[in-house]
Amino acid sequence: MKISFKKTFSLGGIHPPENKITATKSIISAQLPDMVYISVNQHIGTPAKIVVKKGDSVKVGTLLGQADGFVSANIHSPVSGLIEKIEDTPSASGYYQQTIHIKVQEDIWEDYIIKDSDLNRDIESHTKEDIVARVKESGIVGLGGAAFPTHVKLFVPEGKSPKALLINAAECEPYLTADHSLLLEKADEILVGIALLMKALAVQKAFIGIESNKKDAIKLITPLCSKYSGIEVVPLKVKYPQGGEKQLIRAISGKEVPSGKLPLDIGYVVSNVSTAFAIYEALQKNKPLIERVVTVTGKRLEAPSNMKVRIGTRFSYLLEQVGGLPSSACKVIAGGPMMGRAVASVDAVVSKGTSGILILDEKETKRAKEQNCIRCASCVSVCPMGLEPYLLKYHGQHSMHENAQQNYILDCIECGSCSYSCPANIPLLDYIKVEKNSVIQINRSKNLK
Amino acid sequence: MLIVSPSPHIHSGRSVKQIMYSVLLALIPAFVVSLYVFGIAALQLTVIAIVSCMFFEFAIQKFLLKTDKQSYTDGSAAITGVLLAFNVPSSLPVWMLVLGCFIAIGVGKMTFGGLGNNPFNPALVGRVFLLISFPVQMTNWPMPHLSDLIDAQSGATPLSLMKEGLARGESVSSIMKSVPSYSALFFGLKGGSLGEVSVLALLMGGAFMLYRKIISWHIPISILATMFLFSGILYIYDPNSFVFPLFHLLSGGTMLAVFFMATDMVTSPMSKPGMLVYGVFIGLITIIIRDFGAYPEGISFAILFMNALVPLINKYIKPQRFGHKK
Repeated sequence: MKISFKKTFSLGGIHPPENKITATKSIISAQLPDMVYISVNQHIGTPAKIVVKKGDSVKVGTLLGQADGFVSANIHSPVSGLIEKIEDTPSASGYYQQTIHIKVQEDIWEDYIIKDSDLNRDIESHTKEDIVARVKESGIVGLGGAAFPTHVKLFVPEGKSPKALLINAAECEPYLTADHSLLLEKADEILVGIALLMKALAVQKAFIGIESNKKDAIKLITPLCSKYSGIEVVPLKVKYPQGGEKQLIRAISGKEVPSGKLPLDIGYVVSNVSTAFAIYEALQKNKPLIERVVTVTGKRLEAPSNMKVRIGTRFSYLLEQVGGLPSSACKVIAGGPMMGRAVASVDAVVSKGTSGILILDEKETKRAKEQNCIRCASCVSVCPMGLEPYLLKYHGQHSMHENAQQNYILDCIECGSCSYSCPANIPLLDYIKVEKNSVIQINRSKNLK
Repeated sequence: MLIVSPSPHIHSGRSVKQIMYSVLLALIPAFVVSLYVFGIAALQLTVIAIVSCMFFEFAIQKFLLKTDKQSYTDGSAAITGVLLAFNVPSSLPVWMLVLGCFIAIGVGKMTFGGLGNNPFNPALVGRVFLLISFPVQMTNWPMPHLSDLIDAQSGATPLSLMKEGLARGESVSSIMKSVPSYSALFFGLKGGSLGEVSVLALLMGGAFMLYRKIISWHIPISILATMFLFSGILYIYDPNSFVFPLFHLLSGGTMLAVFFMATDMVTSPMSKPGMLVYGVFIGLITIIIRDFGAYPEGISFAILFMNALVPLINKYIKPQRFGHKK
């Protein structure tokens, strides 16, 4: 089978070393921890409202937090046990968030969850409304990293009509292989999940974008697609940030989402491949989002792995199972090396949006000394949004907020390609993030007036 | 202790030093040809220029700016040295070259705040200073004298032969008989500045820099294409007064300027469309100076002039934006 891998997005982009150490590793189930820590704010939007109290005993799948408003998500217990306390605890991002501490006792699941792993291809019995309602009930959010509540994406406002569903299996971040391993092991389930999503959106076509460093997955899935109508695999050239929503749409469809608009405005809905799997489990197995695949990786780790992990498990507990935190560790990152978040301690916990835990040593991650900009323009040429990072940095440093906005600072997707490529080691994205935040604040206060 | 800092957490490993030393590497083929063509004088002038430029940068930072920050080893001063040496005749007195280095580094670069802040290409500042101050020495071209290390003969460059011939009222075709053949121009057996003689060697250096992604094609190709088209139109209009376009590309400092001076990162535009505009104007101005101006060669002036317009280009000519199609 000869596959063409020329398709990709048009502007900018980089190709950092892939380092997909765990690409050939199958998914192992992490051991059940003694304690889990469940934050009510694991998604974009309003935090969930807690519906349990201290001292309650819960089972796997018991509702802990109820979605508060439309853009919010339910939260279920990933373990069975006793609620020890509910208090503000620092999350992986460093902010204090209301967190439910559960002492794990045995592994008892709610009766409504079907625990077998038989493939269930039945799509007919679910109506469009059913699917959206169940996705909402199950607390499913985008598992690619942003953790945007999925039912919001499935709600199509009047006047908009989606043409096609795009499935993000690019996994363009170096090191991460969670989506890849899921594609290899749960291909059929994922395809059923995609079919369910298509039904929920009432679209006839779905395209799965997979980068060429996952040839095994492409070869496995392409023939399976024939069992479902309208699903097609689109092989893509390896390029970061291809998993960015706008870049993926550009790569697959050739169309650009206009600045300030949503993918739906040009007829597309994008969803992650792991999310599609979660939807399969929610619909066919009644299973809420209580666990996910996390790539625990790093060159110094003894046994880097793809692990199926209950939400709320501490990083330290997972690291013990892969040989412990190496003494050379300099950074522990929740997510990938380009867009992930460095955590202050291994006490951080896995949330719905955690796709990987990456350990880097000093040599791999230490920032070199910032030098004069030599105006080499590499930041401009790698920017996938066609911005001028050097200029936005200058605007930021001099509080030139209007100029920054006129030069489209709000289009920045914070992919970090500029900082990554800068030969003078200027942390361009740091400056841009700060300035972008100022511009957002200013716009907000203008709107209030 | 874990470090917490914003993303991205990895870096490409590219550094300023690496870029600068790659440019120096790309200049080696041209250096080898100049050694072959001009002998030991080429080595002498190049080494002196490198050492002088690095010394002036060091001395200015240490004694004038009194800073501990030292950048003379980052390779950029060395590049200025090589480029300046490559832009002078092999017979130039050493003290003039050293003075040129002082102007290049002192006035062209350090006055503005060092690497990254200079609006004009320092080597070209030095060269134009020398050309205006010492016009005789700067236009006395020892001819290639390959069997002998001592250059006794001098003569004119192909471009000045053309200019003088046309001024005397001769036709292009009769002048062409006395200038070196296209193949001599291509391989470098002609009079001229140290590093500009061999088109082949410069193309090799340019290809290397393109391959290593130190330069992009936009500037060199837009200059060359504009020079070719514009001089081609003039040639079609009157073949007796205007020379065939290929002659422009192969003679003078075209290739050295196109690949090594116009592409200088610090002094060229930031966006791809900006680079094209910059290149087109350099090409136009070069041909205007060569065909209608007083000087036989004009590409240095063209680049310096466009250097001055780079801030304006950066302000008004923006990269292609994502999601902003009209």
